[in-house]
Amino acid sequence: MTTIHYFASIREKLGLASEELELPAQVDTVSALVELLVEQHGSQWEEVLNSTSVLVAVNQSVAKFASSVKDGDEIAFFPPVTGG
Amino acid sequence: MRSLKISIQQEDFSIDDECAAMRAGHQDIGALATFTGLVREQDDEKSPGDKVTSLYLEHYPGMTEKKLQEIAEQADQRWPLLDVVIIHRIGELKLSEQIVFVAVSSMHREAAFAACAFIMDFLKTQAPFWKKSKSREHEHWVEAKQSDNKAAEKWADGRDKS
Repeated sequence: MTTIHYFASIREKLGLASEELELPAQVDTVSALVELLVEQHGSQWEEVLNSTSVLVAVNQSVAKFASSVKDGDEIAFFPPVTGG
Repeated sequence: MRSLKISIQQEDFSIDDECAAMRAGHQDIGALATFTGLVREQDDEKSPGDKVTSLYLEHYPGMTEKKLQEIAEQADQRWPLLDVVIIHRIGELKLSEQIVFVAVSSMHREAAFAACAFIMDFLKTQAPFWKKSKSREHEHWVEAKQSDNKAAEKWADGRDKS
């Protein structure tokens, strides 16, 4: 089971804080995952997740949209950070 | 690094208590540098005439602690450090409240000053926290600043050395 988290303004735009889903074997990159999410949730998700300022982490390490993912990973989408 | 304390918490912290705890029982500390970040009064950039009354801090539980640990370890590789404390508050923080605390002890001041600044520059650009600014009329997510990225970059090529 794969857990996906959405943080800050991205969570507000999508209206969802997190979800769990089974990743099929062919969904093996973050980009492929985004395509799956757009299919499941609707085209408005495309604009939000494919925006240039969206960052992604896989298993709590910063990753890229080309990075691999597999079922069981923890994935998070978030805006540029603003702590401190 | 002899010790590293990282805490993400809603409650306020006491600079005096943290420094006393770092110093207790240690005679080898010659330098203790600290930084405290506060909620300052400013205009709400999206709502002219309105002032920011509070900030709301959100974070990514798990990744935040991991990232702060990485940053402290990077500082430890560059400078001879003894103890490091990083405290970052979350939740609703009002004007003048404390947001973040970084303290570094070492034998001599160069390491303490530099590591403290380094940790803050990388916390600002890498640690997964997000701030929402609230004023009387509006609220909006604060955007990441280019100046913060530049501050972090200067450590890469030795520009921090004056």
